[in-house]
Amino acid sequence: MIRYTLKRFLSLCISLAVASLLIFFVIEIAPGDPASFMLGINAQPDTVAALRAELGLDVPKFERYLAWAQGMLTGDFGMSYTYRTPVSQMVADRLWVSLPLALFALALSTLIALPAGIYAAARRGKTGDVAVMSATQLGVAIPNFWFAMMLVLIFAIKLRWFAGGGFAGWNKGLGAVIWSLTLPAISLALPQAAILARVMRSALLDVMNEDFMRTARAKGLTTTQTLWKHGLRNALIPVLTIIGLQFSFLLAGGIIIEQVFYLPGLGRLVFQAISARDLIVVESVVMLLVFAVIVVNFAVDLAYAAVDPRLRART
Amino acid sequence: MNRNLIIGLILSTLAILAALLSFIWTPFDHVAMNIPAKLQTPNPTHWFGTDHFGRDIFSMIMVGARTSIAVAFVAVGIGMGLGIPLGLWAAARKGSYVDELIMRANDLIFAFPSLVIAILITAIFGAGAVNAIIAIGIFNIPVFARVVRGAAMPIWEREFILAARVAGKNAARISVEHILPNVLNLLIVQATIQFSLGILAEAALSYVGLGAQPPTPSWGRMLADAQTLVSIAPHLALIPGFAIIITVMGLNLMGDGLRDYLNPRTRVART
Amino acid sequence: MSLLNITNLSLSINGTKILQDVSLSINTGEIVAVTGESGSGKSLTALATMGLLPEGSQTTGTITFEDQNLLTTSEADLCRIRGKYIGMVFQEPMTALNPVQTVGAQVAETILIHGAMSKSDAIVHATDVLTRVGLPQDHYSLSRYPHELSGGQRQRVVIAMAIALRPKLLIADEPTTALDVTTQAQILDLLKDLARDYDMGLLMITHDLAVVANMADKIVVMRLGEVVEQGETKSLLTNMQHDYTKMLFAASGHQVNLPDLRASDVLLNVKNVVRDYTTPRKTVFGSKGVFRALNGISFDIKRGERLGLVGESGCGKSTLTRAIMGLEGVQGGEITLDGAPVFTGRKPNLAVRRKMQVVFQDPFGSFNPRQKVVRLITEPFHLLETPPTHEERQRLINQTLTAVGLDPSDADKYIHQFSGGQRQRIAIARALIIQPDLIIFDEAVSALDVSVRAQILDLLADLSAKYNLTYLFISHDLNVVRTITDRVLVMQHGEIVEQGETEQVFTAPNHPYTQELIAAAPVLPDLQQMKG
Repeated sequence: MIRYTLKRFLSLCISLAVASLLIFFVIEIAPGDPASFMLGINAQPDTVAALRAELGLDVPKFERYLAWAQGMLTGDFGMSYTYRTPVSQMVADRLWVSLPLALFALALSTLIALPAGIYAAARRGKTGDVAVMSATQLGVAIPNFWFAMMLVLIFAIKLRWFAGGGFAGWNKGLGAVIWSLTLPAISLALPQAAILARVMRSALLDVMNEDFMRTARAKGLTTTQTLWKHGLRNALIPVLTIIGLQFSFLLAGGIIIEQVFYLPGLGRLVFQAISARDLIVVESVVMLLVFAVIVVNFAVDLAYAAVDPRLRART
Repeated sequence: MNRNLIIGLILSTLAILAALLSFIWTPFDHVAMNIPAKLQTPNPTHWFGTDHFGRDIFSMIMVGARTSIAVAFVAVGIGMGLGIPLGLWAAARKGSYVDELIMRANDLIFAFPSLVIAILITAIFGAGAVNAIIAIGIFNIPVFARVVRGAAMPIWEREFILAARVAGKNAARISVEHILPNVLNLLIVQATIQFSLGILAEAALSYVGLGAQPPTPSWGRMLADAQTLVSIAPHLALIPGFAIIITVMGLNLMGDGLRDYLNPRTRVART
Repeated sequence: MSLLNITNLSLSINGTKILQDVSLSINTGEIVAVTGESGSGKSLTALATMGLLPEGSQTTGTITFEDQNLLTTSEADLCRIRGKYIGMVFQEPMTALNPVQTVGAQVAETILIHGAMSKSDAIVHATDVLTRVGLPQDHYSLSRYPHELSGGQRQRVVIAMAIALRPKLLIADEPTTALDVTTQAQILDLLKDLARDYDMGLLMITHDLAVVANMADKIVVMRLGEVVEQGETKSLLTNMQHDYTKMLFAASGHQVNLPDLRASDVLLNVKNVVRDYTTPRKTVFGSKGVFRALNGISFDIKRGERLGLVGESGCGKSTLTRAIMGLEGVQGGEITLDGAPVFTGRKPNLAVRRKMQVVFQDPFGSFNPRQKVVRLITEPFHLLETPPTHEERQRLINQTLTAVGLDPSDADKYIHQFSGGQRQRIAIARALIIQPDLIIFDEAVSALDVSVRAQILDLLADLSAKYNLTYLFISHDLNVVRTITDRVLVMQHGEIVEQGETEQVFTAPNHPYTQELIAAAPVLPDLQQMKG
């Protein structure tokens, strides 16, 4: 197990390093120069040069990368070109909106999808299964931001149960935060839950055909007992993969949903930064998103080993 | 032919036909503004109503179909064109450093959702439909590579592959001649799924302004425009939403239907 | 006293008739063997008894177990019976156990499910049962997972699960088919032992007639869903009534008419071959291990000679085959065919490869399902410098198909349109078509039914006479090797432990391993002797 964890951790570090290199150098290809963009077309060359020096843009690329990478490890993401404030400050508050939203949606999605998938597999071919399959068929086709708009229309505007948008702020307490994130999380979670339910169902159905399920029946277990004691844990293995993948979709989806709910998350920050060519901010936000995804996948890898003893034995 | 396949084909063809038809005819000019006629709900003249500029929504939907389908189609093409060879190669060299490398690269791309890639590309090249295609396409590559590799690996263990190796055929030849035909069914089904996901992704990108730019119409942007008016004119949001849902659902049903149709075991059960 | 009584059992699945009026009975402490070829319905009869038939099954008739008709018993009651009064062991030990649960937990589950003991008592009892089946706790702790055990060990676990509560009846469906010869003998002894010990009725399903003859008190012969003959073992064997039974036993002990040996110069020479595999690291900083699959193998095959190779799984047979074919390189030693090496530098020598061909084991998996026969059998043409075209090609195709007992028109069909035996004929055609000097038969008849196997062996003898074939015949089935080869090699752990003339080795083996193998292989009793 230790070997496995170490190997996975090494993989995580390498992924992060390569990802950061990729992000940095992709942005660097960008034509145009932040300094001249900020100062306008008519700026004097010396002013531009001075600004470039101030922003640290005149240093060779690789050195800048190393500085940036080193800084990231200590939590220093550099200074925003546009606002001249530390990027880490700007990002921190936003992160505390986007990340909880994604996690909240992940939890909701898993809580809805797994029981639904198990139920459908157990009632295969019968009305219950058909109902779940039809619902998920619809669910996977719904764009989450459109669904968000509909939820706002019904629950905020018509029924007035929720505010139409905005974020309570962490200083108002956990309850208020959860309340303001509820509609966004539901709109993110339901389409993903539809996908996950289908995966759970098909994984379980696949497992039901395995020989060891028949052995269990031969021992005297009922079909339900066989499903719960033997089928489920084996079916979880492919399901875990999907849950890991889902996190990245939810994080990205959350950024889009922010527009519907006027949430002060990473979305607005990064879109503004793109228009203003504030590359440091763009790099940092993207890096953070990728980091979150890689870390979550590492957690999923560890969960695999917890579920499947064969992985622990292998390297 | 089973029910899913038929319904799916009908719904998907609707969208494709609408897109194709839009090249030669739409009820109204989709960019023509007509302020006096603004914000009409569906009626005999404007079948889907009009938007806040008085533009005919039905025409906009038809032309928007072009963007969605074109973007999704090319993106799937990129994914298949690059992903399938990579997946075949990885499976042929299973366990070697080539396989490791391709799988690690896949995992890396998976860490960058289409949105993030689109953000990066837009930051460099500016917004546009081409960026959407590239962003979605890049993300499709590891999807196909992984699916092909997963399907190809067990086939490599089969004895007829050993027979081909005994006949002196090399890995590349075997991949094309023996492996590919036997994974084709799976790929077709996956392609329809990725196509439907592409439509959803394109809509999301246009919604946040990273996809097709005006005047190129797009369902996603129609939804962005509709947002502020959703309480007074819900049809502005409902109709493009339904268009997306119907097209995506049609493609998914077609994918399910194809999967059952192409699998000799389930084909018998269904018909 | 009658334990199980199957009376006029008929089964149809989704409208297709599978079983027709099957009747048989088992008494307490009796071993009844149900035998027949594939498609005879043996397994389904067993599944019907357990109530584990697939969906869409409809049964008529009765299966009486101790005064209860199992066919009309409710599912809930059946669950109470399964595992406690009737136990079942299946064919495939590698997939029969839940991979994510420990062995101990799975054995204890049988006990706990029936509420027979408390949790701690169940674990103790599970340990006892596992020790009884040959897996004592000091060597095979209960917290092991299935993937840590071999096939034979896993099958012992399955048996432990089935007998944990001392059922009255144990059903074993081909329990040793997937196991090695020596392991098979051990498992069969274990089953016999348990049946006597626990006074259990044992319903044994197997296609292996030698096993049946040596083990069963009663034999039931099935064919295509019907019972064609049944009776007490000795009387049935000495006085077979039905033609099918006679055919079955004749085919089982079929002796092939091998033409005389006409050997000349050495064709294949294998000298001191060593093949190593690297194994993954065991600890974080340990070094990678090395597994020696072939350890100094030396032998040769003369032109016209028919050499056999026997050994159990893991002995290195497949590795050796791949090395001879030049599919993999070796770390030491040399393999030459007609003087030319099979592997030069880092690449196989295709000029040499075209003089060798292989016939594989699996008649279903050795062909691409999407290609027509004509394409399948001409695949070796790829090896030729100038592949034949047009008339010459067509002539070769027709000639080869006829030689293996098929029709030239079969070239236009797909592989799924043929039976297992016919597919092996096509496989032989594929091997013959470029007229190689050496053919390797890798377990080529192991997956075939007994009657079909006899036909294919006859075909081999026929082709051997016509074309003076030189071949290497690899098999774990000693009886087959004995009849189809002139000389034989015995392999164990990557080494040749004995070689010599076939009859010599079989009647007077030298090496203890060979002796063990021959002793373990079930042998059909000499029917003449039984009658006399």
